[in-house]
Amino acid sequence: MNPEAQSNPVVQRLQTLSPGAVEEAQIFRGELTLWTPPARLRSVAEALRDDPEFSFKYLSDLTALDHYPLEPRFETVYHLYSIEHRGRVRLKVRLSGDNPCVDSVVPVWPGAIAFEREVFDLFGIQFSGHPYLIRILLPDDWAGHPLRKDYPTEGYR
Amino acid sequence: MPVTLERVPGQEERVILSMGPQHPSTHGVLRLVLELDGETVVRAVYDIGYLHTGFEKSFERLTYSQDITLTDRMDYLAPLSNNLGFCLATEKLLDLEIPPKAQFIRVLLTELTRIQSHLVWLGTHAIDIGAMSVFLYCFREREDILRIFEMVSGQRMMTSYFRIGGLALEPPLGFAERVDKFIKKFPAKIDEYEGLLTRNPIWMVRTQGVGAIAADDAVAYGVSGPSLRGSGVKWDIRKAQPYSSYDKFNFDIPTRTEGDVYARYLVRLAEMRESVKIVRQALDGMPEGPIRANAPHIVLPERESMKTSIEALIYHFKIVTEGFHPPIGEVYQSIESPRGELGVYMVSDGSPRPFRCHVRAPSFANLQALPKIIEGRLIADVVACIGSIDVVLGEIDR
Repeated sequence: MNPEAQSNPVVQRLQTLSPGAVEEAQIFRGELTLWTPPARLRSVAEALRDDPEFSFKYLSDLTALDHYPLEPRFETVYHLYSIEHRGRVRLKVRLSGDNPCVDSVVPVWPGAIAFEREVFDLFGIQFSGHPYLIRILLPDDWAGHPLRKDYPTEGYR
Repeated sequence: MPVTLERVPGQEERVILSMGPQHPSTHGVLRLVLELDGETVVRAVYDIGYLHTGFEKSFERLTYSQDITLTDRMDYLAPLSNNLGFCLATEKLLDLEIPPKAQFIRVLLTELTRIQSHLVWLGTHAIDIGAMSVFLYCFREREDILRIFEMVSGQRMMTSYFRIGGLALEPPLGFAERVDKFIKKFPAKIDEYEGLLTRNPIWMVRTQGVGAIAADDAVAYGVSGPSLRGSGVKWDIRKAQPYSSYDKFNFDIPTRTEGDVYARYLVRLAEMRESVKIVRQALDGMPEGPIRANAPHIVLPERESMKTSIEALIYHFKIVTEGFHPPIGEVYQSIESPRGELGVYMVSDGSPRPFRCHVRAPSFANLQALPKIIEGRLIADVVACIGSIDVVLGEIDR
């Protein structure tokens, strides 16, 4: 954790509200990135949405990264925005490549429904507690998850 | 069939209707599954993916400069907004300073993009509801804007005019006069559209109180852009987090509080007037100077200098064959596209190709509000509601 990120008000507030919620924090090009343990995701998301100092009520974006062949292989990425404070934060959760699964944030931000379906479709990450987790862009009978790094871009699989 | 609705036991008289994907008013290939009780929609789900082309995978195997050509094809009604989002994200990653003239031309052209995108929306939305002539008028003015795009980039639609570090070419002679002529006559044209629709009793009955969504619901579902501002949330990224020197321009953010189809219509029409104001300011205050950043390892050299300078030739060769190496890191850049928040999440591993480039398409999130606003309404209103949130399936499916 770099010192600049350590002294960031969002990091400090989150550390006091729920100690241990921030695994790591980083600032690059003025953008704050937080890592949180998968087990804490739901509570951290609720704190970020409901605390009046954050009020990240708007989920801008939800996606994932594949770091194949490294472990932990996947990261889910949440871009949050506060319309009141005009602030942005990026929240990340590291997941293992073996049967990746994370809590769904649909109860916190209903707008996550389509985004989580897209990540499930293209990365094969499961979201527990999602109301309707089926493929969204690809056909039902598609084999594999194209945005994984071990999925080739040309030739035959 | 992938997406479907299960029948509710005891409600056998209800009809499950599959609407689309080939339906003239779905603005692309959108399929809806509706559960109807008589003419009332009880439940609705949408089915997308018919235009999925795997842009995000393709981004990873092309260099940053090559990727720009893909961005045009996502939101094909606002190619320059997509170019801008992608270029700004890459420039943020590279920490590149863009000359003021290039920034002003970018603003000017993205505002013209907003106008032409809203014109397509207005024409098709009106034709959906039954007002045929508006469509013809809108496409007449849209053609003027497309000719301006053709003038600067050589292409009417797939422009790829913005490049990493600036612009592809200097705008040709007569560009400013052409834009000036257009924005002088355009406000009167907006009056003409408004004369046909705004106080038209049929239009008002078909749109007022139809498809209303409350501000809190809209925020929770991730709705952005004019569709959100129609519900009274005054959030515009051009003002909230200005990019490309939008902070130097003076304009208003039109909002309405009703949140219905009519409110979204009024917001978009007012936005066109604001865009005219911005284009006028960009034209009058156009700075002098270069149109590309001074970064020889990123920006292609002038054609002439390649004939006389060995460095320019080497840089040209390296950029074209290999690309450039941004630092390791990740950025998220959002811009206000005609449809809302267009975000580009770019992750670099130091190689000349993006490690990951994800596009947060505004229509993708806005579409989630559709079932919410059509449930409980008549099936005839469904078409009006689809039009009012202005989705482009190209960017939804990517």
